Amino acid sequence: MVTTDPTRVMERLDKPAGPRRTSLDDSPGYRVFRVVNTIVLLGVVAVTLYPFVNIVAQSFSSEVYIRTGQVNLVPRGFNLDTYKLVASDPAFWNSYLNTVVYTVTATAISIVLTTIYAYVLSKHRLKGRGLLVGIAVFTMFFNGGLIPNYVLVNGLGLTNTIWAIVLPNAISVFNLLVMKAFFESLPSELEEAAAIDGLNTYGILLRIVLPLSKAVLATMILFYAVANWNSWFQAFLYLDRADLFPVTVYLRNMIAGATSATSVGAVEANAVAISANIKAVTMVLTVLPIVAVYPFIQRYFVSGVMLGAVKQ
Amino acid sequence: MTTQISEPAAGPATDRPRKPPRTTKAPRYRTTWRKAFKRDWQLYTLAIVPLVFFLVFRYAPMLGNVIAFRKFVPGGSIYGETWVGLRYVKMFINDPNFWEVFGNTMALGALSLVFTFPLPIVLALLLNEVRSRYFKRFVQTVSYLPHFLSIVIVAGMVMQLVSLEGTVNQVVRALGGEATSFIQDPGWFRTIYVSSEVWQTVGWGTILYLAALTTIDAQLYEAARIDGANRWQQTWHVTLPGIRPTMITLLILNIGTFMAVGFEKVLLLYNPLTYPTADVVSTYLYRVGLVSNNFSYAAAIGLFESVIGLTLILSANAISRRTVGTSLW
Repeated sequence: MVTTDPTRVMERLDKPAGPRRTSLDDSPGYRVFRVVNTIVLLGVVAVTLYPFVNIVAQSFSSEVYIRTGQVNLVPRGFNLDTYKLVASDPAFWNSYLNTVVYTVTATAISIVLTTIYAYVLSKHRLKGRGLLVGIAVFTMFFNGGLIPNYVLVNGLGLTNTIWAIVLPNAISVFNLLVMKAFFESLPSELEEAAAIDGLNTYGILLRIVLPLSKAVLATMILFYAVANWNSWFQAFLYLDRADLFPVTVYLRNMIAGATSATSVGAVEANAVAISANIKAVTMVLTVLPIVAVYPFIQRYFVSGVMLGAVKQ
Repeated sequence: MTTQISEPAAGPATDRPRKPPRTTKAPRYRTTWRKAFKRDWQLYTLAIVPLVFFLVFRYAPMLGNVIAFRKFVPGGSIYGETWVGLRYVKMFINDPNFWEVFGNTMALGALSLVFTFPLPIVLALLLNEVRSRYFKRFVQTVSYLPHFLSIVIVAGMVMQLVSLEGTVNQVVRALGGEATSFIQDPGWFRTIYVSSEVWQTVGWGTILYLAALTTIDAQLYEAARIDGANRWQQTWHVTLPGIRPTMITLLILNIGTFMAVGFEKVLLLYNPLTYPTADVVSTYLYRVGLVSNNFSYAAAIGLFESVIGLTLILSANAISRRTVGTSLW
């Protein structure tokens, strides 16, 4: 059975798995283990969070403290100047806007294509369905590779357009299989009744199936949106013009020192030295939307992964 | 009818078997294509655009690999101009650089597998012993977070942490050591790469194991306890066999991506100083093809890489099916 409601999935994960806890388990050795276990898990939490804390601390610190290696958990020489500096760079905001535009466009296209194909694949009566599934699944295990893809995108004349970023990865086969599993779990009686009432296939999909699929659609939108927000290589490969760069490429160039925020850095006397906290600020601002929505979207991702696993 | 539709809560749950059982094969009625089209033509029309996507952006590049055996002129046909046979294949077989990056790929892939495959299992087992569900959920939520970061951010964080004035070097100095520029030292690249890989994937990797743990029958534990098994023995003899199918599935998938070791991450983290350990097949072919414009040569290397990847996953799957009876398909 497929459970797609994120809350129910999380409850399943929360359910104490394995043996029931009885006093028999409370041997001295096991009690020691539990204390050690708690310490180990707290260590995992600390190690996971440290790089974030460190970056945030650096973003508020004066450059001189970073350069002398004194910034770890708390900002030293607290100031907001770096934020003001980065925020006053039009190239940064332009790339941020590009990221938003690319993410929205790519997610919209991906959702439409994934939904309609998953719906087709979910119809077991369809002749040739096996072939249609195979065409998609085979690409999970074998792909054309970097060079032929590059040659193709160039040949289609997509270089330096948004389409070079949006089209080549429009359908994720993993997401496709998740949606297919969901559609297969819907009771067919509703659709049959709608068909008798005179609705055609498109009407059934739009007015019967999609309204029932809000949870899985939300999950898919998040999967695609986060992937698009984070992606950089397509843009790095196919876009030459700086005004088209998404913020990830802007940041990558800054880290690699290729273009860096030279326009920003030049404001200060020492352009090279200032880059440590400029990098930190740019990273914080890039990651902020993700971290801000993360607590609310996390459960959708977990349920999506589990839904995919059910079909594997 | 509208009331029916607006009740999604009861919707998805269904207890009917999704497919008819495979054993009843006899009365299978085969529709002809003509009948199928007549009945389902609207469904087929929905498939057209996605199929065009797969053909253009997935299958055309696969065919595009013929440029590995043809002379390619930038700006000319994407399938090349004239046949040159195995010239480019011979070229990389005789290229010492290729074998060096091939070795690096194997080393990095093996190290990643050794750490990123078992650690999620360990973390899942530890989480499984936590009694407070709030603490458990807190640890889970925090440990999933790195999965949501762009690889560019991860690379940026790594570089800050291991830079001369970064935290790692501060610890080294505090312990009386000499600060090192880790990111420029080929001897440290694999450690940096694998650590950041573990940092980013270990939490997220526990999800499927935690899900599998909830499906283990509690009676098995009762029985084990009656037989006098202690907590550790219960883990070893009940829990681990219970999640074995999940472990094998994920191992096969991991082996399948062995050759594709984090191309983007290596590209972001390496530099000419660390090429001796950091340069992998995918980054090498990226430089050969797209920086030096030897498209055909790079395509030959890429094809070799894809074929090895496909072979690896097919053999891992076959071996697993023969030996332990679990496979992907």
